[in-house]
Amino acid sequence: MHKRVVFNNRVLPYLLLAPQILVTLVFFFWPAGQAIYQSAYIPDPFGLSSQFVGFGNFEFLLSDRYYLASFKTTVIFSTLVTVLSMGAALWLAVMADRVIKGSSAYKTLLVWPYAVAPAVAGVLWLFMFNPNVGLVAWYLKAMGYDWNHVLNDGEAMGLVVVASAWRQISYNFLFFLAGLQAIPKSVIEAAAIDGASFARRFWTIVFPLLSPTTFFLLVVNIVYAFFETFGVIHTITAGGPQQATTILVYKVFSDGFVGQDLGSSAAQSVILLFVVGLLTVVQFRYIERKVHY
Amino acid sequence: MAYRKTLAGLVAATILAGSTGVSYAATEIQWWHAFTGRLGDLLAEQVEKFNASQSDYVVVASHKGNYSETLNAGIAAFRAGEQPHVLMVFEVGTATMMGAKGAIKPVYELMAETGKPFDQDAYLAAVAGYYTTTDGEMLSLPYNSSTPVLYVNRDALSAAGIDPDADLSTWEKVGEALDKLKASGSSCPLTTAWQSWVHLENLSAYHDVPFATKENGFAGVDTELAFNGPVQVAHIEAMGQWAKDGKFIYAGRRNEGGARFRSGECAFFTESSAGYAGVKAEAEFAFDIRPLPYWASVEAAPVNTIIGGASLWVMTGHEAAEYAGVAEFLNFLSSADIQAKWHQDTGYLPITHAAFDQTKAAGFYEANPGTDIAVIQMTGKAPTANSKGLRLGSFDQIRGIIDEELEAVWAGDKAAKDALDNAVERGNQLLRRFEQANR
Repeated sequence: MHKRVVFNNRVLPYLLLAPQILVTLVFFFWPAGQAIYQSAYIPDPFGLSSQFVGFGNFEFLLSDRYYLASFKTTVIFSTLVTVLSMGAALWLAVMADRVIKGSSAYKTLLVWPYAVAPAVAGVLWLFMFNPNVGLVAWYLKAMGYDWNHVLNDGEAMGLVVVASAWRQISYNFLFFLAGLQAIPKSVIEAAAIDGASFARRFWTIVFPLLSPTTFFLLVVNIVYAFFETFGVIHTITAGGPQQATTILVYKVFSDGFVGQDLGSSAAQSVILLFVVGLLTVVQFRYIERKVHY
Repeated sequence: MAYRKTLAGLVAATILAGSTGVSYAATEIQWWHAFTGRLGDLLAEQVEKFNASQSDYVVVASHKGNYSETLNAGIAAFRAGEQPHVLMVFEVGTATMMGAKGAIKPVYELMAETGKPFDQDAYLAAVAGYYTTTDGEMLSLPYNSSTPVLYVNRDALSAAGIDPDADLSTWEKVGEALDKLKASGSSCPLTTAWQSWVHLENLSAYHDVPFATKENGFAGVDTELAFNGPVQVAHIEAMGQWAKDGKFIYAGRRNEGGARFRSGECAFFTESSAGYAGVKAEAEFAFDIRPLPYWASVEAAPVNTIIGGASLWVMTGHEAAEYAGVAEFLNFLSSADIQAKWHQDTGYLPITHAAFDQTKAAGFYEANPGTDIAVIQMTGKAPTANSKGLRLGSFDQIRGIIDEELEAVWAGDKAAKDALDNAVERGNQLLRRFEQANR
């Protein structure tokens, strides 16, 4: 009875794959290859001449303690953004899942921030927390707390983390909610009949069953924190104060497009490429084992 | 019916084509710039005037983002062979442009090739010097140039019991005023814009101490930073102490401090002379423009301050006929009428003596006291090797480093000497890379 569709044409599968492969080649392999090639040179900005330096750009970077500090900043930033955006989204999804009346209104409202571009989100948060004219900063001052993220590195980090996570909460929320609704009600009801409390039901049944979603979001959120938060940082702190919020991808930008140092910028992209590759491998190899499908 | 409509359309199209036919014959000149808002409008007005004044050339001005973005757009376009004829580049990009020998056409060369009249002595030496080689040849045309001055909120001084006409020419005297302002409860006695430009680059020039070796980079790309000398350290130390005491309020790396001064919160504000229009439009208090203060304890001070702003670079790869138009346009921009209007409208410095004289003769300085301070401050003395300007590679990034290190001083994390030593060391690394790239 089992019906199988078989394509006898040997070329067709390749043809069907071709657009995707072409896109990957043009938009990923080609630029990545260029970056690797350029990382071995120190060119002048106009491309009039360039000096071959081999691994010189990498040596320069890895002996630069500010570059190494940027690694640490990136780890702290990405961890905070991921934990905050996923934690908040999970909490909101669990709550929204329980709401019966007007749940679609809640859901719609919770998804809205995702439509806001990172740079715009950055400006919104900057307006609220501007030490001089910001509304929140003003209230904080009224309560006796002198908010000044322009000079205080902890406050600056906190602000870019919240602004970055805020937008991503919506995205995570959607996936968590879908994940929650896919969990069979009968399992939860059985546990409830056995007298398990809500918290216990959540940690022993819902959370493990949600693990594929959580794992997927973990990968997506780390990639987000590494790359897409650029706009938020550019608009709020521009990497400051001192270098408190200079994450790796921001340094790629500032060295390449502000400093016109394309060799160093290319070398940093290559390093970043390897870091994210490594991270993804680790995630799939070690964390995925704990995931129940 | 259908036939008639088509005919009408054809006629309309012909008329349209006929009316634009004039500009088809004219040679197009592309100018990429970084101005929006009021400055953008004033720029567009200049272009319109030029286009209306003759029929051989049409200048097309395009906004390409802020200074950094405009420079990047120009570089990317050059790499793609699509570069404009004229590119606006901010003063910190000067060394980058100079290094790109095959990409730029120096202004003196352009004028010689096209045979247009060009007298370098007509330009203010203190302004044009920034864009001139050590042999005295002008590479780019200064467009908008300003220099830092001290803005004073007279009402705030009166409220603190200080005579608003008091002498504020030295930092020692300003320091005393800051003490009184703080004692009387001012929440922002002093703030600044562009900290590196005002408090290190101009401080060095004004006190005749080097910012970098090799005549601040004019004499070679093997220059090294030198702004960790005693004069600079003493100044940053004093500013750090003021920051600690709540007398100097740091608002940000760019001109964020401006909003706090214009709202009346801050008593003193060190900012570009081009900030005049904004202060005049918004301030609801009596204000003054004073010369940038200097340290009386430094014997050589004050020499002259240096400029900030942008200049116009001519790019290679275009037809001779187009270059003739570029030369004519640059001469048009340098004419006394255009320059005098630009100077009076914006607070930027005039680039020629003629424009300054014309503004003076028109009685503008009497009607707007303080607007000539910047010109006097720039031209009062002959520039020395330390006060001609700066020509450093990767300078935008070096400013970023200076910003970071100064923030460490204002936050009380670092001593002035350590911060400046560190900035010099980090900046020198970038200079060595720039030297390598421009061998």
